[in-house]
Amino acid sequence: MIKLTINGKAHQLDVAPDTPLLWALRDTLQMTGTKYGCGQALCGACTVHVDGEPVRACSAPVSAVVGRKIRTIEAVDTERVGKVVQEAWRKLDVVQCGYCQSGQIMSAVALLTQNRKPTDADIDTAMSGNLCRCATYVRVRAAIHEAAKALA
Amino acid sequence: MSEILIENLSRRRFLQGSAGLTLGFCLPAVAAGKLNRVATVNTEINAFLKIGADNSVTVMSKHLEMGQGTYTGLATILADELDADWVQVRVEGAAADAKRYNNTFWGPAQGTGGSTAMANSWDQMRKAGASGRAMLVSAAAKRWNVGAAEIVVRDGIVSHAGSGRKASFGELALDAAKETVPTEVKLKDPKDFRLIGKQAKRKDSAAKTNGTAQFTQDVFLPGMLVAVVAHPPQFGATVRSFDASKAKGIKGVVDVVQIPQGVAVLASDTWSAKKGRDALSVEWDDSKAFKLGSDEILARYKEMAKKPGLVAAIKGDTTKTFASAAKVVSASFDFPYLAHAAMEPMNCVVQLKADGCEVWNGEQFQTVDQGRVAALFGLKPEQVKLNMLYAGGSFGRRASTQSDYVLEAAHIVKAINGKAPVKLVWMREDDMRGGYYRPLFHHALEAALDSSGKLVGWHHRLVGQSILTSSPFESVMVKDGIDHVSVEGASNLPYAIPNLLVDLHTPTDIGVPVLWWRSVGSSHTAYSTEVFLDQVAAAMGKDPVALRLELLTEHPKHAGVLKLVAEKANWGTPLKAAAGERRGRGVAVHESFNSFVAQVAEVTVKRDGSIKVDRVICAVDCGTAINPDNIRSQVEGAVGFALSAALHGEITLKEGRVEQGNFDTYAPIRIDEMPVVEVHIVPSTAAPTGIGEPGVPPLAPAVANAIAAATGKFLHKMPFNTAELVA
Repeated sequence: MIKLTINGKAHQLDVAPDTPLLWALRDTLQMTGTKYGCGQALCGACTVHVDGEPVRACSAPVSAVVGRKIRTIEAVDTERVGKVVQEAWRKLDVVQCGYCQSGQIMSAVALLTQNRKPTDADIDTAMSGNLCRCATYVRVRAAIHEAAKALA
Repeated sequence: MSEILIENLSRRRFLQGSAGLTLGFCLPAVAAGKLNRVATVNTEINAFLKIGADNSVTVMSKHLEMGQGTYTGLATILADELDADWVQVRVEGAAADAKRYNNTFWGPAQGTGGSTAMANSWDQMRKAGASGRAMLVSAAAKRWNVGAAEIVVRDGIVSHAGSGRKASFGELALDAAKETVPTEVKLKDPKDFRLIGKQAKRKDSAAKTNGTAQFTQDVFLPGMLVAVVAHPPQFGATVRSFDASKAKGIKGVVDVVQIPQGVAVLASDTWSAKKGRDALSVEWDDSKAFKLGSDEILARYKEMAKKPGLVAAIKGDTTKTFASAAKVVSASFDFPYLAHAAMEPMNCVVQLKADGCEVWNGEQFQTVDQGRVAALFGLKPEQVKLNMLYAGGSFGRRASTQSDYVLEAAHIVKAINGKAPVKLVWMREDDMRGGYYRPLFHHALEAALDSSGKLVGWHHRLVGQSILTSSPFESVMVKDGIDHVSVEGASNLPYAIPNLLVDLHTPTDIGVPVLWWRSVGSSHTAYSTEVFLDQVAAAMGKDPVALRLELLTEHPKHAGVLKLVAEKANWGTPLKAAAGERRGRGVAVHESFNSFVAQVAEVTVKRDGSIKVDRVICAVDCGTAINPDNIRSQVEGAVGFALSAALHGEITLKEGRVEQGNFDTYAPIRIDEMPVVEVHIVPSTAAPTGIGEPGVPPLAPAVANAIAAATGKFLHKMPFNTAELVA
């Protein structure tokens, strides 16, 4: 049994210790907001927060996140930065297919939590791990600036 | 939804789609679908419209939402004619039904593709909304005993000024459904549109920003097994034998079965299924496998290009023109295989039931897949319920001419005798190596200038595999051996050149499955024609915009977007470059799917040859702009999608094996490579055309022409070889 704390709630999971957090979330807990895209930490679709840091859940075995605070898209609006980012995303209609957007938002929230006024270069650095095949990047950038304004 | 549909055949047809449309109304029933949705009584007003007792307006979308904004666009059209309040509108994907939900451009087939969603639905959705509105008005007139002409509908409220009475749609829905469906409805004058042409917000933004949007990947059914498949390493190879003993020893693995597509490992969850798949030992029979590499394919194509192909377009006499030309300009272009690489890898959920089969999927060819699944199980198409979910991108991949991945899921279910519902999950590598690529193409072009320097001859030869041959569309779209989508964008060159020949070779012995990739033929023809035209302009000493405008006398829409983009981009003014950098501006214009797009790219080339596309200015004419913000969004995305192919995109084969597997070796652009994009929309009252694809074709040639302006070098291969640009 693996004990995980996800979105403030304790869970006991009957999974092998090498199971990536991604599949524990999706298949065991059916928290499907976190997406599978590449399985190799190349695309960022599975980005979650572990102790506030953006982590690619596809490459983090559950054994490595025991005892740490895991936060997923499902609870992103429970803290102010998350809510503001989500609102900016909606205001600017950032999404297209939407599949990568949970990961985009989790990375953006992590960025804005640490840096309330990111420059374009900061955004490039923080967000370049998140692929979007629809190439919504123009609006991802604009929405981060929009959220930064709202947080100021 | 457990609705009881009563076909009301006495009601006249009011929507004259190509397959006709039978309207029905429905006894209200409790929607039992999603757990988190509040149950409501939904009344079906027509095939596209339900009104809930909770005053919700549900628009049924016959088209897949794969990012391009169809759900929002279709709902905008209907809701405007209905005079609904945008806030009360929601959208649901319609279950596959060739009669009710056919693409009116395609006959009796439901499908989303060719940027047709808005174009084919425009009249239909307007009439569906206007008809619903008329029925609500009739119901109110009867209830209040007033004249229908005195009733006003606005923002979801039906009211009568004289009596001061008013009612919501929800309050009138049951009565409205009993009203006679009008045979003719009056549509709004475009000046009265309240949603069309405005900024209706996307209907899928909320669910796609909180993790609740349902993709195929997110489907869970009781007892469901997840299948991960070992596919052959070469196209056409088959299973000779396999040893599943190790796979079966992995916790969670339930079954291992052979299917025509390979060997499927079924497990209780994805990770176990993947571990099981990776533990399989499979011996492949490669006797019928395709074993060539990309280089060998290209070499063959170059040989073929030395001989005349089948004529796709001809005008005047190119033989005579080239023989007597004062100057001939020539160039050849190479285009690789491209993977769609949608963020959601291919997947499908299939469940066999006592009386039929149910499929959950986001897919573009709903009734083609429905028919194929039905045939596999020996069912009638209507016994296959196909639930439409969001697709996490597609770009053409989920419009499989062979229903490849859908049938793969169905074969697995068949192999286990339907004992459990199955979710087939392709890992990224399965998706990348699974074929159905944009075909590899070789183009050779020649232009003839006469003694006065005038462009008098154009010869364009193309070599590449056919997408449509052996597809369900072959009989309609392959004529006299010419696959229309191999030459689109080349055979209809808009430029006034008196002598023109476009010919095509279609190799039939290349065993790599090919498919439409966002903008299809135009993904390569726009590049070769527009870059070559700049090369010709350079040889003529003419400005690229001026030459195009001279040659576009018979194509005012091309000229219109070209003029607009040139003006917005300050064409002709100098670009400042930093020390050691070269900068240039390039233009391209292209028509695809009846929409016209011109783009100007501003590009910086560094000393080491590396490229940065700084800004792209776009002008678009796609008829009535149903949702201007979505048009901008689609064109922004198209710029990024096309730039990925220009800078990095390439699937290569070596001895028949695909060399790329994941996003490290097949690299779409990331945010740091995304240019600033400006989109200008030509005002229009013409019927809407498409916008999902038309933003793609002009981007790569505009960038290449900008590079040529900066460096003097025209690039003849995609993706670009920046080594050619080292200063």
